[in-house]
Amino acid sequence: MTQAFKRLRGLAGAVMVLAVTSLLIFVLIDAAPGDPAEIMLGTSAQADTLAALRTELGLDRPLMVRYLGWLAGVFTGDLGQSYTYGVPVAGLIGERMLVTLPLTLMATVLAVAVSLPLGVMAAARPGKAGDGLASLFSQVGIAVPNFWIGLLLILGFALNLTWFPVGGFPGWGDGFWAALWSLVLPAIALAIPQAAVLTRVTRAAVIEVTNEDFIRTARAKGLSRRRALWRHTVPNSLLPVVTMLGLQIPFLISGAVLVENVFSLPGIGTLAYQALSQRDLIVVQNVVLLFAVIVLAVNAGTDALYARLDPRLRARK
Amino acid sequence: MTRLPKSLIIGAIITAIMVGAALLSRVWTPADPTGMNIVARLKPPGAAGLFGTDQIGRDVLSIIMAGAWTSLGIAVVATVIGGGIGTLLGVTAAAKGGRLERLVMSFNGVLFAFPPILSAILLGALLGPGALTSIIAIGIFMVPVFARVTRAAAIQIWARDYINAARMAGKGDARITMEHVLPNISAQIIVQLAIQTGLGILSEAGLSFLGMGVSPPTPSWGRMLSESQTFLDAAPHLVLAPGLAIAITVLGLNLLGDGLRDLTDPRRGQNG
Amino acid sequence: MMLEINDLRVAFQRRNHPPTQVIHGLSLSLERGQTLGIVGESGSGKSVMSLATMGLLPATATATGSIMFEGRDILTMPERDLCKLRGNRMGMIFQEPMTALNPAMRVGAQIAEGLILHKGISRAAARTEALHLLEMVQIPRAAERIDSFPHEMSGGQRQRVGIAIALALKPDLLIADEPTTALDVTVQAEVLDILDDLVTDLGISLILISHDLGVIARIADRTLVMYRGDMMEEGPTERVLRQPGHDYTRKLLDAMPRRVRASLGGA
Repeated sequence: MTQAFKRLRGLAGAVMVLAVTSLLIFVLIDAAPGDPAEIMLGTSAQADTLAALRTELGLDRPLMVRYLGWLAGVFTGDLGQSYTYGVPVAGLIGERMLVTLPLTLMATVLAVAVSLPLGVMAAARPGKAGDGLASLFSQVGIAVPNFWIGLLLILGFALNLTWFPVGGFPGWGDGFWAALWSLVLPAIALAIPQAAVLTRVTRAAVIEVTNEDFIRTARAKGLSRRRALWRHTVPNSLLPVVTMLGLQIPFLISGAVLVENVFSLPGIGTLAYQALSQRDLIVVQNVVLLFAVIVLAVNAGTDALYARLDPRLRARK
Repeated sequence: MTRLPKSLIIGAIITAIMVGAALLSRVWTPADPTGMNIVARLKPPGAAGLFGTDQIGRDVLSIIMAGAWTSLGIAVVATVIGGGIGTLLGVTAAAKGGRLERLVMSFNGVLFAFPPILSAILLGALLGPGALTSIIAIGIFMVPVFARVTRAAAIQIWARDYINAARMAGKGDARITMEHVLPNISAQIIVQLAIQTGLGILSEAGLSFLGMGVSPPTPSWGRMLSESQTFLDAAPHLVLAPGLAIAITVLGLNLLGDGLRDLTDPRRGQNG
Repeated sequence: MMLEINDLRVAFQRRNHPPTQVIHGLSLSLERGQTLGIVGESGSGKSVMSLATMGLLPATATATGSIMFEGRDILTMPERDLCKLRGNRMGMIFQEPMTALNPAMRVGAQIAEGLILHKGISRAAARTEALHLLEMVQIPRAAERIDSFPHEMSGGQRQRVGIAIALALKPDLLIADEPTTALDVTVQAEVLDILDDLVTDLGISLILISHDLGVIARIADRTLVMYRGDMMEEGPTERVLRQPGHDYTRKLLDAMPRRVRASLGGA
């Protein structure tokens, strides 16, 4: 089988997965109770006004036509109008992403910054005090819910010490640092379980690579233990770590929904959650699709990153 | 006789205590977990009951015990159903290979794009909140996890010589899977069941924290935390008790899973 | 004497068991420019001895006796000083060319690494020297291959890279642990010849470890026979092969195909 064909099949597979995913979302949302026209106009609206709005929204068209219309909109950036906010959904999502994206990014950076040195330190001296500390951190970190960490952080650092705001987001317009500051506690809450998982994976990967022959070669060249560790062992241990980063994305997204709720951040998770309780289904539909696309895209991106980290895989692509 | 891994012993003890508390709550709790008592509201631990009382004077220990039943129940049911479907898909994909395997893995890809909270938002729109929504939402995410693990494990078994021998003897894919593959990957499945039940507990807590889990008055750890937010300053014990209950239960299940893995696969013992 | 090993004993700790000794009192000496062959079957302690000489025994091993390299004892030398010796004054070539190179690093960079570390030269200068080394170990089209990854090379080529790494700083002592065992028979002789020529040209002392008497006979001045961590005999290669002083050596010789034995010129 030629490589070009394989690549094409991979791409076709991804498109199929996206198509099925979006159809699934559309059908489920369509079957959900709640008439958009009634939600927009209120229960007291006249029957003929409702009918007119339904026609205007195109709700009287067949399911497949509406589905394809939605997909076309996704590609042109027209996701429809929110039933409750009365503004374009695309703008709404874009605005909320300005909170969620920095939050998840900050959490990921924090998680990597903590877990990489911790995991490497644990692996460098297995069974020693540092290793014990790292394994305690990863066991506990995996077990604690991030929204609970969020509550504890608020209790300690916002209510008792008053270093941070209890919640809310001032917006990027009112000063960059104040906005960033308000994301610190949520990012920590989101990062701890991620860091716990990554510490564990890093430790195992580094231990495995440490026993490889080429580490001995590096040492025989005169590299100190430390230098061999960072120049030869760690770069070769990153593959499983990157895999895990990719696999953690669904949990990062779930976590963001929860943590945004705890800290009353106007992010995309809060948007989805509020839209659900107000039955603003068009928002729910688009947000869920966005999340699904992110998960799938990150998975594809992880595969691409593999090849960069392990030259051996490039040949197989 | 080899010594049992420490993590297995600790994990089994914690899990046994939590399961015991959940079962006990069906017949006895120190106080009625739904019984209001406005006079004795927001009492700290010790002053009224072991863990204090909540905003409407309910005994926190009693709600925690009853909440264990909710959390464990939903997590276990979701994991067993989702894990069962996932395992079925995984071993079928491994047995048949080819186009069917690719189809199953693509399907996996679709399901993997729906973490529990997302499915719950979607299903919540359709079914409304409740135990069923929670179980389906959590179970859906278990399917790709189990399919992935069991497929990888089953493929290794299929490569062994005795499978060829069984094939020569004229046994079909289904029979070989039942007689040879499943028994040989059962250890991995059990390990995953323990660890994924832990994740199920975390997910259930998250869902009920957002109000998408079981409806009141059914006690739930997540909702206790959600309600405690209002009294964060006045009654911090309301934040601590349910959070610790969640963390300890998940920790116990994870240790149990790790311990079982060490027991069945000594090569990975250093991961403990 | 450049290398003198006295009564070396190495034991490994095991969990819940008494330590196992794998080398029971080994002594040898090696002069500058000499080639010593160490022969013995797998598990005879040859590789442990070579790692001990490099100061690279794993933490679970304990060694007693002494390994004097130019008058200083490797076994008691601080790690800092050992790092200055390794790669610089003594180099090592390993058995498995497939796994002995870092898969994520270009071969040129792997050769240059030791040069930069010990000589403190610039990256560019080290690269020029690495290119020269690749030519020295007869890698065809070295200027192109310098940016290859190990997986893009054949086993024989990788082992040549291994030789280039070990010889980069023209060490006084080179330890080659079964350098040709993992290679195809057709390239074994080539690699061995390259090794032999370079060692002779550069005046390097070589310890060649092999289970193959044919390989030893080809290049070793002196030969040491090991069996299960014990030294059976030691002497000039020709004497050891022609008039083995020990039953075990005779068995090793008898185990060889007749034609090979004939080519050794004895027995």
